[in-house]
Amino acid sequence: MLQYFLKRLLSLGLSLVAASILIFLALEVVPGDPAAYMLGINAQEDTLNALREQLGLNGTILQRYLSWAGGLLVGDFGTSYTYRTPVSELIGERLWVSLPLALYALTLSTMIAFPAGIWAASRRGSLVDTGVMGVTQLGVAIPNFWFAMLMVLVFAINLRWFSAGGFPGWDAGFLAGMKALTLPAIALALPQASILTRVMRSSLLDTLGEDFIRSARAKGLTKGQAMWRHALRNALIPVLTIMGLQFSFLLAGAIIIENVFYLPGLGRLVFQAISSRDLIVVESVVMLLVFAVIVVNFAVDLAYALVDPRLRRRR
Amino acid sequence: MGLKKFGSGLISVLALAASISIAEAKSDIIVAMQLEPPHLDPTSAAAGAIDSVLYSNVFEGLTRFGPDGSVNPGLAESWEISEDGKTYTFKLHEGVKFHDGTDMTAEDVKFSLDRARADDSANAQKALFAGIESVEVVDPQTVTVTLNEANSNFLFNMAWGDAVIVAPETIADIKTNPVGTGAFKFSDWVQGDRIDLEKNPDYWGTPANLDTVTFKFISDPTAAFASVMAEDVNAFVGFPAPENLPQFEADPRFQVLVGSTEGETILAMNNKLPPFDNAKVRQAVAHAIDRQAIIDGAMFGYGTPIGTHFAPHNPDYVDLTELSAHDPELSKKLLAEAGFPDGFETTLKLPPPSYARRGGEIIASQLRAIGIETEISNLEWAQWLEQVFRGKDYGLTIVSHTEPMDIGIYARPDYYFQYDNPEFQKLFEAITSENDPEKRSELLKQAEEMIAKDYVNGYLFQLAFPTVADARIKGLWKNQPTQATDLTAVSWEE
Repeated sequence: MLQYFLKRLLSLGLSLVAASILIFLALEVVPGDPAAYMLGINAQEDTLNALREQLGLNGTILQRYLSWAGGLLVGDFGTSYTYRTPVSELIGERLWVSLPLALYALTLSTMIAFPAGIWAASRRGSLVDTGVMGVTQLGVAIPNFWFAMLMVLVFAINLRWFSAGGFPGWDAGFLAGMKALTLPAIALALPQASILTRVMRSSLLDTLGEDFIRSARAKGLTKGQAMWRHALRNALIPVLTIMGLQFSFLLAGAIIIENVFYLPGLGRLVFQAISSRDLIVVESVVMLLVFAVIVVNFAVDLAYALVDPRLRRRR
Repeated sequence: MGLKKFGSGLISVLALAASISIAEAKSDIIVAMQLEPPHLDPTSAAAGAIDSVLYSNVFEGLTRFGPDGSVNPGLAESWEISEDGKTYTFKLHEGVKFHDGTDMTAEDVKFSLDRARADDSANAQKALFAGIESVEVVDPQTVTVTLNEANSNFLFNMAWGDAVIVAPETIADIKTNPVGTGAFKFSDWVQGDRIDLEKNPDYWGTPANLDTVTFKFISDPTAAFASVMAEDVNAFVGFPAPENLPQFEADPRFQVLVGSTEGETILAMNNKLPPFDNAKVRQAVAHAIDRQAIIDGAMFGYGTPIGTHFAPHNPDYVDLTELSAHDPELSKKLLAEAGFPDGFETTLKLPPPSYARRGGEIIASQLRAIGIETEISNLEWAQWLEQVFRGKDYGLTIVSHTEPMDIGIYARPDYYFQYDNPEFQKLFEAITSENDPEKRSELLKQAEEMIAKDYVNGYLFQLAFPTVADARIKGLWKNQPTQATDLTAVSWEE
């Protein structure tokens, strides 16, 4: 188990270094000067130079990479070009929206997908199964931003149960915060739940066809007992993989939903930073997301080992 | 508790609630706009969003713009101009305090102006201060500014958001904690979501009616529509979806104000790049444009046609639209005379705003009708600044010039459309040094005519500025003489 753990840890570290170099180089080739963007069309050349000097944009590529990557190692993300506040503070504030939103959406999607997937698999070919498959087909096909707008129309403009968007901040209270995140979380969860339901169902069906289930049934277990005691645990591996991917996606990929509900999340921060060429913010957020993806995958790898003891020895 | 008792209790509670809402007029407001300021220092960035939040609310200058674009006294209650027009002596208001409680004096004025024109200044409009030779403190209430040469625009320049008066002791944190002299104080900024202001109880002038102001930032047009419809916000200034305005106009809950701006929207031509170095080609392009089709198609009918680079609401504006009236036949003839009977190909580079993207497609089809094929590329602002504005690597582009009174850009031969006419440059010098209002007006009209007759650019329309607000709000600015959301006179109807 320890060797497995260390190997995973080493590959995690190497991935991070490679990612930091790639991210930095990719953004270096993006055309556009942050100073020119900030000062606009009437700026004079000497003013632009003064600002570039202030922002530390005049060094060589290597100098700038080292100062950025070196800062990251000690937890210093640098200072945003446009906002002029530490990037770590900016990211911290946004994470307080994005992280709860991602967790909320993942919880919703799991709460829908697990029962629905198990139910459909246990009644394969029945009306229930067909119904679940049809609804999830629709859930995958509907674009989430369209669904989000529809919800705004119904629940915010017509019924007035929710506000159309915005986030009051956690200072306004836990319930107020959760209320503001509810519509966005549902919009995000719907397609994820549909995918997860389908994965859950097919994975469970595969497992139910395995020899050991037949043995379990032969031993005298009922169909339900065999499923709960033996099949479910074995069916979880692909489901965990998908959930890991979904969490990273929810953390970073909520840009459109954040725009529809004008939530101050990470996605919108990156979006604004890209258009204003606030490269240091883009670099740091992307790096953070890479880190999150790698850590989540690491956690999923560990979870495999917990679910399936054979994996601990094999690798 | 019996049902009857409960009922009467309920009624008295309701009555109480009703009486409270009648007794107290609303004293808070939530104003939404599209763009969030990058930081809160109006003296070191071009972002109009900074002024949209802070101008006149939090920061004030020596002079200030009125809602009609006039230049009025601000922190300076009066001024004297010397005979030669080079020396301005400003008398400051007494008892003006910064929001941190310190006095605003002539020293602060000197500090602010010297900071803006210093060598290491990051002021985006440094040119406004270029003519200042020295700033002298006479006494705490009096300051003298000496110019290199007479500048009839000086008082106008001092009204810009980039020329507001700041205090030396608060300058280090100005980007996150702006301390000004205005009727509202900065209170909180939740980045990405909102900025809160509160009433300044010690304001030197007429105090504000509102106690608190919240600015919300909603960039997506659909979300903007939803936020107003759901009454999450009380007003949306610069409403981004003109197609929805008729719906608000028909709804008694809302009022719609469509004002004018300083934004001359032009089809800029690269005057040094062949074939646009040929005045006949530029004239052909100008006559190929059907302005009304662009205003209707791209702006849903909101916008005023212009025939030169000047704001139509300005008293010195001359309507020159006839000089470039829509006439494709004439365009074809002019192209043939210029040696392009079969037209030519060029680039059309478009920045992100919808006036450019939507307008660009319409213009491309209008140019195709006279034989000019355009290759459209959509650019982000940062790319546009680099390729078009600085690199001058373009044939045609569409952009709105939102700075007030900016006809002077035609006197800069290195400006991105590269119009180099010594005659115009001389004329503009004369305008700048002319202090007699009537003569100045005459010269300005000549300048407008000169660029229109040289067909420097295709002049399209003046950007409109739509505001959607709760019908009970009074005192909002309709026009945008500068980018501002001046809330000092705003109140709720009782």
